[in-house]
Amino acid sequence: MQPLIRKCSSLLAFCAVLCAAPAFAPAQTSSRSPITWGADAEGGAPYEFQDPQNPSRIIGFEVDIVNAIGRILGRPTQFVQNQWDGLIPGLERGNYRMVVSGLEITPDRSRVIRFSRPYYVTYEQLVVRKKESRIRTLDDCSRKKVGTLKASLAERMLYERNDLQVLSYDGQINAYEDLLNGRVDAVLMDYIIGLYNVASIPGLRITGPPLGRIEYGIAVRKDDAELVEEIDAALTQMIASGELRRILENWNLWTPVCNGILGKAGPPNQQHPDYDTYLESRLKKNSGWEKVVQYAGYLPLLAKGAVVTLELSIMSMILAVFAGLNIALARLYAPRFLRTFAVGYIELIRGTPLLVQLFLIFYGLPHIGIRLSPMLAAVLGLALNYSAYEAENYRAGIQSIPKTQMEAALALGMTQMQALRYVIIPQAIRMVIPPVTNDFIALLKDSSLVSVITMVELTKAYSELASIHYDYLGIGLLAAAMYFLIGLPFVRLARLAERYFTPGGRSIIGGKQKQVD
Amino acid sequence: MKQPLVEIQALKKSFQGNPVLSGIDLCIDSNQLTVLIGPSGCGKSTLLRCLNGIETFDEGRISIAGLTLDGNSASGRTAARAYPRKMHQLRSMVGMVFQSFNLFPHMSTLDNVAFPPVIVKGIPRSDARVQAFALLKKVGLADKGNLFPAQLSGGQQQRAAIARALAMKPRILLYDEPTSALDPTLVDEVLEVMKELDSEGITQLVVTHEMRFARDAADKVVFMSDGVIVEEGTAGKIFSDPLDNRTRQFLRRFL
Repeated sequence: MQPLIRKCSSLLAFCAVLCAAPAFAPAQTSSRSPITWGADAEGGAPYEFQDPQNPSRIIGFEVDIVNAIGRILGRPTQFVQNQWDGLIPGLERGNYRMVVSGLEITPDRSRVIRFSRPYYVTYEQLVVRKKESRIRTLDDCSRKKVGTLKASLAERMLYERNDLQVLSYDGQINAYEDLLNGRVDAVLMDYIIGLYNVASIPGLRITGPPLGRIEYGIAVRKDDAELVEEIDAALTQMIASGELRRILENWNLWTPVCNGILGKAGPPNQQHPDYDTYLESRLKKNSGWEKVVQYAGYLPLLAKGAVVTLELSIMSMILAVFAGLNIALARLYAPRFLRTFAVGYIELIRGTPLLVQLFLIFYGLPHIGIRLSPMLAAVLGLALNYSAYEAENYRAGIQSIPKTQMEAALALGMTQMQALRYVIIPQAIRMVIPPVTNDFIALLKDSSLVSVITMVELTKAYSELASIHYDYLGIGLLAAAMYFLIGLPFVRLARLAERYFTPGGRSIIGGKQKQVD
Repeated sequence: MKQPLVEIQALKKSFQGNPVLSGIDLCIDSNQLTVLIGPSGCGKSTLLRCLNGIETFDEGRISIAGLTLDGNSASGRTAARAYPRKMHQLRSMVGMVFQSFNLFPHMSTLDNVAFPPVIVKGIPRSDARVQAFALLKKVGLADKGNLFPAQLSGGQQQRAAIARALAMKPRILLYDEPTSALDPTLVDEVLEVMKELDSEGITQLVVTHEMRFARDAADKVVFMSDGVIVEEGTAGKIFSDPLDNRTRQFLRRFL
């Protein structure tokens, strides 16, 4: 089980239902095009994670395995980032052709997708505080608190026992931290997670025998038989040649249960350079100046996320404001059926969560043949959601203009449309600038939700960085500062706009008055 | 005899079953200043609003310079939707000056006068500006064009509103209690403008409580009460020798 942020597991279930229906046939790719593979880099070491030395590079034992498979098949591979929750739906909708992200082979999953032969075998492992001497097995945990990851096999194992209290965490680091602080008495997770965390968090140790058995497989779509056969053949070759064993040893992942299944049996090689490099970077204590350099090194990745956030927010806000105005006008002035439609739209969109709307647009629409790029789906989802709020802002603004203004305009011979365009809306806009600015700032922050549809924006960039550097505070403050800074210019802009729309701001007819005789 | 500019026949209107106008017959001649007086709630303002198509009416007929509108008893819908094209035509011939001025606060005084003809009639902006300057000068606001309505006094705002209505070159100008919202010291400057326009031959119909103005300036005075026209005649006739008891009682309170 891969340690990952698992939000909204009910939504995951909802998506699984959506995607259980047979998907459309993916476009067949030629043998030269890259094989795309989905994974969540936030999963952390040793699966796939940002290289601490160079955060724009993704490394990990699964990266090495995918590269080896690509070499054997003579095809390049391409990594596609996706939130762990959305990995299987993303596979179904064709964002990538396979998932390699610590996905355990389970009967539930095998019903929806197809697994290759296992590329790794491991087990669950208890971790306790160094000074803890009484706990060795789950039986010793009776009437104690045990931490684990949400929706994992370990969690299921713990729930089968009635004699202990289970605490489920979203991320592995939080669970180990609580163990250290004494909020839980033991943590049960996949062995390799325990291995990497115990090595880098002083004060913890692994205890007791291996528990259960877990197999990781490469997932492909049900109808993608061709690819799974190629992968199986490549894995078989890697096992026979010892390449798979070499990769696992480099990451210090070779355990006795791997013997014979993933390569020739034998005592593991004591050389594991990749593991050593990781530990070294993790345990290194930086001096003050080095810390500054280190934080400066995070900036490019965060800035890249911030640009995505900004692009997304601006595009969706422009759409939302434009659509919102039209919906408000429809609600106020259109014929009855359009008015009803506008009211229904506003209530429906406002009454459903943005997250569900994003899932529906990105993972639901492909089932009726509409496949949007992540960016387009994100912009559309945010614009759709916010247009309902903007519509109500505009309605409030328009209704705050006295009726006599409309009468005066009509009495001058303007049509209703002209009166709206030249008299009512210009006055209403000034009224709605403060609430619209408010909404833009809210949208800027709500845009972090689009990480569920594979977009890497500022918040996702932050949590990826924080999870590998084990630094939620410093990087978190950096990310918060970035949100604040990108919102600031728009607040200033709104103030300028307010001044522009204030009577006295400009002349419509143009020119300064001069005497005409 | 000359055809009257406005002809109103058997006009009826009610709001939710309450009759407001119960059979109005009235003719208004060109180039005349007609003053409509009567107690509050007698239907004067409603009659005015029917005349420029802000309000629909249930029965009867209005003819203005050849355009005829028949009552629409299927009322209950807003005026703009009832028979939009004719109402729109009507409004383009009839100017309206409101009690509360209703200038557009987001436009300068000059834009208030110059911009509507650009939108509605599509005349060039430069022509609209020249015309607006001339009209502002006529109402005594030659140097106020760059100010915004909020920066003008009530009297100045109402004069600007008159200039705005004139810019559309209406066949007739309607006033709905144009001085009721004004400080007493500012009333005269507005009435002077109306007298000036009368001397230029502009047709005007004025609902007002300024009896002195009615007596001094009106070509014709019409007295309304309870949704009907009680009597009409020259100012001299109505003020010195009214026929009806209701007229006498009404006027006694003012004079």
